[in-house]
Amino acid sequence: MPKLTIDGQEIEVAPGTSILQACEQMGIEVPRFCYHERLSVPANCRMCLVEVEKSPKPVASCAMPAGEGMVVKTDSELVHKARKGVMEFLLINHPLDCPICDQGGECDLQDQAVAYGFDRGRYAENKRAVRDKNLGPLIKTIMTRCIHCTRCIRFMDEIAGVPVLGATSRGEHMEITTYIEQGVNSEMSGNLVDVCPVGALTSKPYAFTARPWELRKTETIDVMDAVGSNIRVDTRGPEVMRVLPRLNEDVNEEWIADKTRYSHDGLKRQRLDRPYVRGQDGKLRQASWAEAFATIRTKLAGLPGTAVAAIAGDLADCESTVALKDLMAKLGSPNLECRQDGAKFDASKRAGYIFNSTIAGIERADAILLIGTNPRWEAPLVNARIRKRYLQGGLKVVASVGPNVDLTYPVKHLGAGGDTLAELAAGKHEFLEVLKGAERPMVIVGMGAFQRPDGAAVQHAARAVAESVNAIREDWNGFNVLHTAAGRVGALDIGFLPGEGGRDLEGILTGCASGEIGFVYLLNADEIDGAAFGNAFVVYQGHHGDRGAHRADVILPGAAYTEKSATYVNTEGRPQQTRLATFPLGEAREDWKIIRALSAELGQTLPYDSLTQVRRRLAEMNPVFAAPDRVTPAKWGAFGKKGKVDGGHFVSPVTNYYMTDPISRASVTMAKCTETFLKPALPAAAAE
Amino acid sequence: MSAPTEAAAGTWAFTPENLELAKRIIAKYPPGRQASAVMPLLDLAQRQNDNWLPRAAMDYVADMLEMPRIRAYEVATFYTMYNLKPVGKHFIQICTTTPCWLKGSDQIVEACEKKLGIGLGETTPDGQFTVIEVECLGACVNAPMMQIGDDYYEDLTPETTEAILDALARGETPKDGPQNGRIRSCPKSGPTTLIDQAVRVGVKPAGQS
Repeated sequence: MPKLTIDGQEIEVAPGTSILQACEQMGIEVPRFCYHERLSVPANCRMCLVEVEKSPKPVASCAMPAGEGMVVKTDSELVHKARKGVMEFLLINHPLDCPICDQGGECDLQDQAVAYGFDRGRYAENKRAVRDKNLGPLIKTIMTRCIHCTRCIRFMDEIAGVPVLGATSRGEHMEITTYIEQGVNSEMSGNLVDVCPVGALTSKPYAFTARPWELRKTETIDVMDAVGSNIRVDTRGPEVMRVLPRLNEDVNEEWIADKTRYSHDGLKRQRLDRPYVRGQDGKLRQASWAEAFATIRTKLAGLPGTAVAAIAGDLADCESTVALKDLMAKLGSPNLECRQDGAKFDASKRAGYIFNSTIAGIERADAILLIGTNPRWEAPLVNARIRKRYLQGGLKVVASVGPNVDLTYPVKHLGAGGDTLAELAAGKHEFLEVLKGAERPMVIVGMGAFQRPDGAAVQHAARAVAESVNAIREDWNGFNVLHTAAGRVGALDIGFLPGEGGRDLEGILTGCASGEIGFVYLLNADEIDGAAFGNAFVVYQGHHGDRGAHRADVILPGAAYTEKSATYVNTEGRPQQTRLATFPLGEAREDWKIIRALSAELGQTLPYDSLTQVRRRLAEMNPVFAAPDRVTPAKWGAFGKKGKVDGGHFVSPVTNYYMTDPISRASVTMAKCTETFLKPALPAAAAE
Repeated sequence: MSAPTEAAAGTWAFTPENLELAKRIIAKYPPGRQASAVMPLLDLAQRQNDNWLPRAAMDYVADMLEMPRIRAYEVATFYTMYNLKPVGKHFIQICTTTPCWLKGSDQIVEACEKKLGIGLGETTPDGQFTVIEVECLGACVNAPMMQIGDDYYEDLTPETTEAILDALARGETPKDGPQNGRIRSCPKSGPTTLIDQAVRVGVKPAGQS
């Protein structure tokens, strides 16, 4: 443990700590451009120079390990002179276009120029100009502003695993480019905007729309996938201007996926801002809340509980789900379903449907088996964690049963479908030896494995694999389910599932077709074909005019995730709360309030009048809700249904990463991404 | 010469002989470090492709070495000896760095430009000659000098330069090295040092013909 003195204070740091990190531990700020704590250290910007006694020259503190007895000065005259010199050179070719630069106000170079800049330029030559690059619909480039810190190159190489950026030519002609003018085809590319310390890489959809100081920042949770990334929503008035990541080491570190960052423009399109009722002519017409509720009451009158069904969708929050469950109980309906995609897993044991190892736990695994999942599209941040684990070294193998796709790290593809899983479960596959030899084996099962008639048998087989390789122990639970829907785990925790004698999704839909089900309540459920509801009366509660609203007979306008304080449980089983960033549109209301109001209208008043009371009811229903932001470990038990696993291929439920829910389907940016990144690949995929 | 248009990706490949050679080059590096062979392989590709590197060739080399293509582009654009655009059959690089410049490289450039009717960085319409100026090629003792293909032509005058170009145009291969009768970089007027020692051990002093 080297002990060193920084600015007259002694500090002892772990071996291998750089001087810069030691300074940070003491709360001393060292300016830097190229150094980023999650990327490799190239030490090429030279901004972090410090003075070290007995060293003939200033030292780049980011790359110099702290040594025993070092005496470091970060505030001496020499340091200031050195940094001023570096800054002057950086500014030689940097344009003076801060007033029209989107990075203005949150620019490292701007901030540090205030501290170390000279108030006039001594450089009389022409500044260099660099042609802007086409990096696709998400990243805007103004390459003249680039200071060649190479963070973007390292981010693509190391974190995203899509090495398409590079520095071509040399000296004054050096440029950051893809060379071949192709977009950066990565689900993590939006983070380039955050890692760029200057305005060279900025957000294209956000260009010239707002200044950081005029935005109101709300810390909330993302719902575009089941990771539950921690985000900050920046709003101006009623409009969401941008979405940025928030640090949470356990979930998303400091990254977010592109859909999380860029799909918010979908919040402005196709919105439901008032109730609608389908008239006699079969057309939806605007209505008042009272009218909509009255229509529902008339329809429900005399209908037995068994003829009523409710489906909670992917974006449904826990508060509204629990309210709907309570309402359905009062109406006497056991027909509840939250698996609108038809996934057929057994939800009787919590350990059987959550990501037990936790996302951060991936970093401790040493062998990973993916079953029926393409994590790169289903949960880019989980995939980034696996890649991080791979780069750390010591990860023996990642193997996959299911889609054979590029996951940005080497994957041993064992097979495409159920027959391989059956072999593994029966102990007949040689790969089991690898998993058995691992200290912390991990099995990750995706929705692609469950969305088939034998889903429960697949779950049983996956459990058998996990148990047979000693992945379930006191200190380690290596059985993981990777969900794709933000609302799913919460609904499962609430128990939004068929009650005694109740129908599951298949049952509800056949009931609709046969007329046994006369009333279906869709809570944010948009993934079911409208025709499947037959002649049933459909109530849709949600915020987008998507599939569900198209079929609905009554539409109740709800709030999107940025417009309500709501609880979502991520795939790990971590309940997290969103916060209201903007108000619901028009006459739309927070979702649980709608159901509460409807219950009063139906004479079945639910016993809660405030959010606190609903949350208390949630905690009553399942104690995990009492501990927000934490993962409550689930007890292991027998789950799944022993049965034959069909040999059919596992297909990932995500066929287009950029469009998976009503919000992203309404987003123009996501449509452009689909056009740019997925369309060109389609003919090739079809030929395979 | 090859068509100046870019070959489509995936259409470029080493000839069987060069493939053999490439494998021998790759084998020099430890397994897993095959990317170290990128520079010799790019050079080999350039030699096979009329002295320039199309993108397809860079892609081919990068794929062969299992490295990201951008890493090959980075190498190829960093080093000036990789030509990323088609060049003439005779690729003339005239050194204009200080020693050569002091010894009259401007006249050599002028002679080439006049003789070939092109400026620096240009190629003759018949695709025979490309002239560029380069930084020091390390033959300052024999300044001024130029490199044509792999050969150095040194101690040039405008006349000898023209003679070399004439010979090349006729399809001959002019003798490389100093063009003023000097042997390698020995003193032109005969040896001036170590004469006694050479005589004592019974050898001819260096530079004496």
